[in-house]
Amino acid sequence: MSIIELRNIRKSFGTVEVIHDVSFSVEKGEVVCIIGPSGSGKSTLLRCINGLETYQGGSIAVHGQRVDTGSSAIRQLRTRVAMVFQRFNLFPHRTALENVAEGPIFVKKEPREEVLKRSRDLLTRVGLGAKIDAYPAQLSGGQQQRVAIARALGMKPDAILFDEPTSALDPELVGEVLAVMRSLADEGMTMVVVTHEMGFAREVADRVLFLDGGVLVEEGPPDEVLSRPQNPRTQDFLRRILPS
Amino acid sequence: MTHFLSQVPTYLPILMQGVYLTLLVTLGAFVLATALGLVWAFMRVSGIAPLAWTARTIIVIVRGIPGIVTLFYIYFVLPDLGLSLTAVQAAIIGLGIAYSPYMAEVFRSGIEAIDRGQTEAALSIGMGWGLLMRRVVLPQAIRVALPPYGSTMVMLLKDSSLASTITVAELSLQGKLLASSTFENTTIFTMVALIYLAMSLPLTAFNGWLERRLRQAR
Ligand SMILES: Nc1ncnc2c1ncn2[C@@H]1O[C@H](COP(=O)(O)OP(=O)(O)O)[C@@H](O)[C@H]1O
Ligand SMILES: [Mg+2]
Repeated sequence: MSIIELRNIRKSFGTVEVIHDVSFSVEKGEVVCIIGPSGSGKSTLLRCINGLETYQGGSIAVHGQRVDTGSSAIRQLRTRVAMVFQRFNLFPHRTALENVAEGPIFVKKEPREEVLKRSRDLLTRVGLGAKIDAYPAQLSGGQQQRVAIARALGMKPDAILFDEPTSALDPELVGEVLAVMRSLADEGMTMVVVTHEMGFAREVADRVLFLDGGVLVEEGPPDEVLSRPQNPRTQDFLRRILPS
Repeated sequence: MTHFLSQVPTYLPILMQGVYLTLLVTLGAFVLATALGLVWAFMRVSGIAPLAWTARTIIVIVRGIPGIVTLFYIYFVLPDLGLSLTAVQAAIIGLGIAYSPYMAEVFRSGIEAIDRGQTEAALSIGMGWGLLMRRVVLPQAIRVALPPYGSTMVMLLKDSSLASTITVAELSLQGKLLASSTFENTTIFTMVALIYLAMSLPLTAFNGWLERRLRQAR
């Protein structure tokens, strides 16, 4: 069974439909990168998967369970699909360790000591073993985003959704975040990554989806979609963002 | 000046009885206004339309009525409806109600100052509304709301003198009664003013200190 499955998704804000009939699925251990121009609906799609937005048509299932923002199961579902945001969204009043431990302790009600130990290990794993007690404001953007990734991992999710995780970072900090994501991919984490980092997509993704104007225009392995795009819209987009 | 100083020991004990009632009314009304203000604020941000609408309506109505009229209403009208309160009770309830919209706005602006991303991050790790408020929004909102919350307390301390209009012999009324029986207007009203300052200045200073502390802390 696919971990994430979208069938004929339609999503409107008011009367404006921004996602038109999008279908795709993500298998266990797969890394799927979503590329596309700004405003094409990439964030909205991720937010629908995580139940942060409602959708008007079609169905989204996680492990076969329907994502329905109105249902009481949505909270449990969100604990299984973690999200990493463009602007990190760390809790500023809590330390790195507390940010990571918050969900497992207060939402999943796991034993405190065990969670704290695991959270320390996770922070060490993303290279922040020395910053455990730092507050977000004391960390660089790259460090904050790595804490956010550790926070996602702390939930022991089945999949992680990344919404342009490096777009808010200074260029010199992008590499450290991509390196962590790459290592997650190597360890078999299921990931959906919205990104403009074509190098990352090319090397790490199993599949690339190109979204334009709310339509899934093209989909396939990275060397096909990125190197030999079939659709003129994909060709046009890649020509604009890739230095030739 | 020497006259003033020589009179202080005579009048101070009497005025201190008024201070006691001033503090009682201020604190009582402050607690009630805080509780009501929290309720209104939560109703407004609940996302549940009828609750938000009800709270907004209450706020508009209460705000549109002078505090002194609210006091009169509670003290003079409620007994006709079979509910009589002592003057102090009526003062606490009336000022508590009259101040609740200001409290509600203080709390609401604190809550709404919190970045939307915070809510999304909290929801994305599976938090429900209760945890979201308790663990994420309120701890941050308090930092925003505390300084205006403190100023509201100073305003309330001064407005507790409205209780005099419904016979509560708090500091201002006690001063007025004392002055009219002794004709020592200058001495007594100077003392009354100084006592109000002695209560409000430390509060104001504490607020300023708190504000600086909060600004430094992350
Ligand atoms: N909360 C919202 N209300 C109204 N329109 C929105 C909202 N969020 C996104 N949109 C619109 O939906 C479209 C897709 O936005 P988004 O998913 O953020 O695109 P992307 O992430 O690809 O840049 C855009 O046209 C955007 O203006
Ligand atoms: Mg986006």
